[in-house]
Amino acid sequence: MTLFTFTLNGKKQTVDAAPETPLLWVLRDTLKLTGTKYSCGQGLCGSCTVHVDGKPRKSCNLPISKVAGKTVLTIEGLGERGLHPVQKAWIEDEVAQCGYCQPGQIMTAVALLDKNTHPTDSDIEAAMKGVLCRCGTYQRIKKAIHTAAEEA
Amino acid sequence: MNSSESKLLDRRQFLKLSTGSTAALVLGFCWPLSGKDSVSGEDGIFVPNAYLEIHANNTVTVIMPRSEMGQKIYTALPQIVAEELEADWSKIKVLQGDLNQVYGSQTTGGSASVRTQYDRLREAGATAKAMLIQAAAITLNVPVSECHAESGYVHHLSKDRKLNYGSLVALANTLPVPKNVTLKDPKAFRIIGKDHKSLDGGGKVDGSIKFGYDFELPEMLTAVVARIPKYGGSIDTFDATEALKVPGVTKIAPISAGVAVLAENSWAALQGRKKLVVKWNDGSHAKINSKKISEDLHVALEQEGTIIRSDGDADKALETASRQIDLTFEVPYLDHAPQEPNNCTAHIHNGICEIWVPTQSPGAAWWAAKSVTQFDDENIKVHTLRMGGAFGRKLQSDYVRDAVEVAQLTKLPVKVIRTRTEDLKNGFYRPSSVHQVKVGLDRNKKPISWIHKLSGPQDGWAPIITGGADELAYDIANQKVSCVMTAQPIPIGAWRSVAHTQNAFVHESMIDEVARKTGRDPLVFRRELLKNRPRHLGVLNLVEKHSKWGKPLKDTRARGLAVHYSFNSYVAIVIEISEAKKGINVERVTAAIDCGTVINPDGVRAQVEGGVVMGLTAALYGEITIDRGEVKQTNFHNYRLLKMDKMPEINIHIVESTEPPTGVGEPPVPPTPPALINAIAALTGKRILRLPLKSQLA
Repeated sequence: MTLFTFTLNGKKQTVDAAPETPLLWVLRDTLKLTGTKYSCGQGLCGSCTVHVDGKPRKSCNLPISKVAGKTVLTIEGLGERGLHPVQKAWIEDEVAQCGYCQPGQIMTAVALLDKNTHPTDSDIEAAMKGVLCRCGTYQRIKKAIHTAAEEA
Repeated sequence: MNSSESKLLDRRQFLKLSTGSTAALVLGFCWPLSGKDSVSGEDGIFVPNAYLEIHANNTVTVIMPRSEMGQKIYTALPQIVAEELEADWSKIKVLQGDLNQVYGSQTTGGSASVRTQYDRLREAGATAKAMLIQAAAITLNVPVSECHAESGYVHHLSKDRKLNYGSLVALANTLPVPKNVTLKDPKAFRIIGKDHKSLDGGGKVDGSIKFGYDFELPEMLTAVVARIPKYGGSIDTFDATEALKVPGVTKIAPISAGVAVLAENSWAALQGRKKLVVKWNDGSHAKINSKKISEDLHVALEQEGTIIRSDGDADKALETASRQIDLTFEVPYLDHAPQEPNNCTAHIHNGICEIWVPTQSPGAAWWAAKSVTQFDDENIKVHTLRMGGAFGRKLQSDYVRDAVEVAQLTKLPVKVIRTRTEDLKNGFYRPSSVHQVKVGLDRNKKPISWIHKLSGPQDGWAPIITGGADELAYDIANQKVSCVMTAQPIPIGAWRSVAHTQNAFVHESMIDEVARKTGRDPLVFRRELLKNRPRHLGVLNLVEKHSKWGKPLKDTRARGLAVHYSFNSYVAIVIEISEAKKGINVERVTAAIDCGTVINPDGVRAQVEGGVVMGLTAALYGEITIDRGEVKQTNFHNYRLLKMDKMPEINIHIVESTEPPTGVGEPPVPPTPPALINAIAALTGKRILRLPLKSQLA
């Protein structure tokens, strides 16, 4: 086991973990931040997406050793000081069905809007196609991203 | 509510339910009361069916008799109660009811939650409202007839006198439960029929909502099970030496489904599983593969089938027909693949087996725990957790059995999780089936004979194959539908809309082909054959209008249509597609649904959107295949789901209706694949007979 320090949701965080442990399991099991979801475990579905140094990353196949010294934002941290416009839009447009993949959808959408304040439909499709939703909420996700872009 | 459910009422069960609600007035029904007729009788509490708690702080808690998996009953069911209660919607809270006989069946499936709970939830709200009005009348010393309820208050005629529900709790507790209550005129509905936002929407955007996979108890272990990979296989030997060296792994032991790896956390369990070496015995089905199953199903069609519908004399009518059109269809096994893989937490302590499980069927979970432990009934406790999708998969309790068996290995609570791969490979799949259809036409090109023979795997419940096959809506005088079942080792189960997924594909592809082969417009042709089916016509007319059916398209585009009745609802779908470099693009979907009285229109639209996506995914990609006795698909790269970039625009239209509410979650799925396949026939002339489409157009 090794100590790793990184910034998590704005605060310094040190964890003791085997270096290859994926960030996902450090968040969920060690730090009890279960908003980030396990679904495929192989970086194929995006339910586990968090931000690492501001970029969307799939945490299920990202070893904690590669996170040391970096800045991580999870769904719990996103709205800590009041809901983010994307979260508000998600509620406004009633996006979620079961809700399981939505933290990954929201984190991916936030990263898109951070670099592209007014994305087109095809920008959204390109950015979001790596995050699967079995409930089929894609139409509303697209709409909510536009809503958030307008209201931000 | 029927008397068999009423007699299950038990005071102790109910008291357990209402624990922690000391300032709550708990209200319920007055069906056969076994001598008790007041809320606070001699024993201090009235014990009817219980869906409601009204608290002194004005909070109204609606207790959910069914489970939430994304279908939004946590909002729709409270809307029904709140309507009759004249509640303040902003004061409504939801609480998941645990497994409890007071609710009758708690299985969430068959698109049944709203349609089966509608009347009783209305009565629950109306009964509570009547008692609150009475309590207010007593308090104000005025006649009941001078009081009315509105938005969480009882008002007196004199405008300045009103009492909130919370202030009436103590007195209402002492009042007799009215035997009869008057329900509202639907024209006066102000909550039912409105797009109320999900009561739990906020928790879905900030990570705070807990699903089964997120459940945690103090000192809990996490386990994964290396499940026997081949059907009919077994464990030969296993070597845990290396696995036990993984820090955090605490125990490795066999259970009936495989070898369990118990650990202090998820990652250790997963690593332990990786290091575990198991030698499996192949067993009896080690050579089975999809090709063989398909052959079996085709061969089975040569046998005499069990007749499931017989109108007139279809064989004779076929002999006299001027023209005969025959097609044979085939659909594959499908997995549900909810985003949350199966999981269950179990703890066996002091002779009690307690489980916490995301399930559509807490009753089945209870039975699984009972059959493993053989504990006395009262020592098995089931807590229903929120599901991250289910679609029928969480009706099964194989994962509960795993968890209870693993819990027998430790004194600590243990959460047994499946990886995506274990989840996909250990499904209860939508069955594969083969369908031979013969249609005979008379000289006027009118269908006079419909013969449909289907074959599929057996699991003892025929409707899993036949559901909907015997309900062809088209006016064809002579019909014969028969079924042959063959034993297959692949577990099967209900998959969103069950057998309607396959039979709607068959019905709607065939009828479309007949229209095409005889040179008729597919919509006009259907309308002729549905002239005595007003609700089918209703959705057809709506979808015709909004899809611009009949309006010419470019040569590179085409539309396809399907209409289907299932779970008491009617859905018509038009799909517009375009030519693509490889195959087609799905451009636009227009859907019309008639589901009777609508509780939450936006919730209905959400379910239609989701159902269409699930239907498209099945039609385009969905296929579980078997090779050498095991499922080949291992993750989302080889069991593909529709992604955002392939998502068509979906427009949804709801028929206005005052009929009772009917199913919503499943009915949009069945007509979607045939609408797509019929569009392909219109665009290319090619009739797709086997799903999924995959590379059939390449």
